[in-house]
Amino acid sequence: MRSLGKYVTFMGSLLTRRETFSTYIKLIIQECVNVGYNSLFIVGIVSLFMGAVTTIQTAFNLVSPFIPDYVISLVVRDMAILELSPTIIAIIFAGKVGSSIAGELGTMRITEQIDALEVMGINASSYLVLPKIIACVIMYPMLVILSIFLILFGGYFAGTITGILSSVDYLYGIRYEFIEFNITFAIIKALVFSFLIASISSYKGFFTTGGSLEVGKASTSAVTNSCIAVLLADYALAQLLLG
Amino acid sequence: MIEIKNISKSFKEKQVLFDISGTFLKGKNNLIIGSSGTGKSVLLKNIVGLITPDQGDIIYNERSFIYGSEQDRKQIRREIGMLFQGSALFDSKNIEENVRFPLDILTDFPIEEKIDRVNFCLERVGLLNINKKMPSEISGGMKKRVGIARAIVNRPNYLFCDEPNSGLDPQTGIKIDNLIKEITSEYSITTVIVTHDMNSVFEIGDHIMFLLEGKKLWEGSNGEVTKSDLKELNDFIFATKLMKQMYLH
Repeated sequence: MRSLGKYVTFMGSLLTRRETFSTYIKLIIQECVNVGYNSLFIVGIVSLFMGAVTTIQTAFNLVSPFIPDYVISLVVRDMAILELSPTIIAIIFAGKVGSSIAGELGTMRITEQIDALEVMGINASSYLVLPKIIACVIMYPMLVILSIFLILFGGYFAGTITGILSSVDYLYGIRYEFIEFNITFAIIKALVFSFLIASISSYKGFFTTGGSLEVGKASTSAVTNSCIAVLLADYALAQLLLG
Repeated sequence: MIEIKNISKSFKEKQVLFDISGTFLKGKNNLIIGSSGTGKSVLLKNIVGLITPDQGDIIYNERSFIYGSEQDRKQIRREIGMLFQGSALFDSKNIEENVRFPLDILTDFPIEEKIDRVNFCLERVGLLNINKKMPSEISGGMKKRVGIARAIVNRPNYLFCDEPNSGLDPQTGIKIDNLIKEITSEYSITTVIVTHDMNSVFEIGDHIMFLLEGKKLWEGSNGEVTKSDLKELNDFIFATKLMKQMYLH
C-alpha cells in the first residue's frame, strides 16, 4: 500500500513545476523515436510470426469439414485485434521499453544526474518522466495497429503458402462480421497498457538506490510489475467493456 | 553569504545531523571537513535543497531557502552551481550540450550567445576542442572540469563542490582545487566544498567547518586549523605521519 501511495504521489509530481511547452515537445519527439521507431523491428518480427503460427495452429485445430476455411482467418483476426496485438506486444514492449526506461532513470539516479537536475531547479520527475509516458501513450497504439496488420499479413502468408486456405477465403474471413468496436477496444487497451508500462518502469527507475546491481534489479522489477499490471488491466478491461 | 541555522536531519530512527549552525563567507572557499560517514554530504544536500532538514533554516543573503516563497526558492536555485562527486554529466548529451544545459533551461539567450558562453567556460577550465565529445570519451579529471564549467556557466552566486578531487591523482586534484580557488575569487562567489582531503584544506580552505558524527565540533580559518587544541580535529588533520612532521615540528 505504501508503494501504491508513493506511486500515486510520484504521478502527481509529474504535473507540478513543469518546464516550458517547447522543452517538452523536443523531449517527447526524442522519446517517440526511442520508444516507437526503435521498437518497430521487434514488434514487426514478433507480429509476423504470431500471425503465421496462429493461422497454422487454428487450422490444425479446426478439423471438422463443416467449418468453412474462412473461419481460420476470422479467428486469427479477432485474436490479433482483441488479444495478441494489444496484450502480447505489451509484454514485449515492457521487456524492451520498460527495462530501458528503468535502467536509464536508475543509472541517472545513482550517478547523481537526477540530483544535478534538481539542484538547477528542474522538477526532475516531470522533466524526465512525463515525456516518456506521453511518448509511450502516443506510440504504443500505433505499434498495436501496425502489429494487427502484420499479424494478418503473417497469417495470410503462412496460410496461402502452405495451402491451408486460399487467399480468397483468407480475405473473406478477415472481413466477415467485422465488429468495429473491437478496434476501439484494442486502442483503449493500448492506451492503458502503455501508460502502465511507462509509469511503473519510470517509478521503479526513478527511486533506485544503491549501485549497478540495484539498477539491474530495478529493470527486472519494472518488467515484472509492468507485466502483472498489464495482465490485471487486461482482465479488468475485458470485464468492463466486453463483459 | 550563506547562513545555516540549527540544521538537524534524521533518516528513519537514525539521526545524521545534530543542530548544526554556521556561516559560509562570500568570495571565500568554505570547507566542510570530516571523516567518511560523518554527515558532510548530507549537510551539503540540505543546503542545496536536495534534502529537506527536519528542523532549522538556510539563509542565502537574507532569503530563507526553507521557509521562503516558492519564487524565492526558484531564484536561489538559479544562483546555485554544483559540482558533484562523480561529475554527474548527462550521458546522453555531448560536452557542449552538458555545459549549455543550465542556459537552455534557465535562460532565453539566443543560441549563439549560449555557445559563446559555453566556449568561454570550457576555455576557463582549460578544455578546448572537446565540445562534441561524449562524457564517456573523456577522463575523470576532464569530467570534473566540465562539471565546473557547467556549474559556472550561468554565473552562479554560490558554488557547491562535493569532494571535487575524489578519484583523481594528486596532481589533477590540486589542479581542480586551484581552479575552484581561482573561480571563487575571480567571480567573488560563495563556495562551499565538502572534502576529507587535507591538501585541499591547506591549499584552498579559507573558512573551515569540522564535523564529527553529525555534529559541528569546530569552525575557523585556515590559519587556526593547525593550532586548535581540539583532540578530534587534531586526530583528523594529523592522521598521517607526514602531516605531523610538516606542521607539528
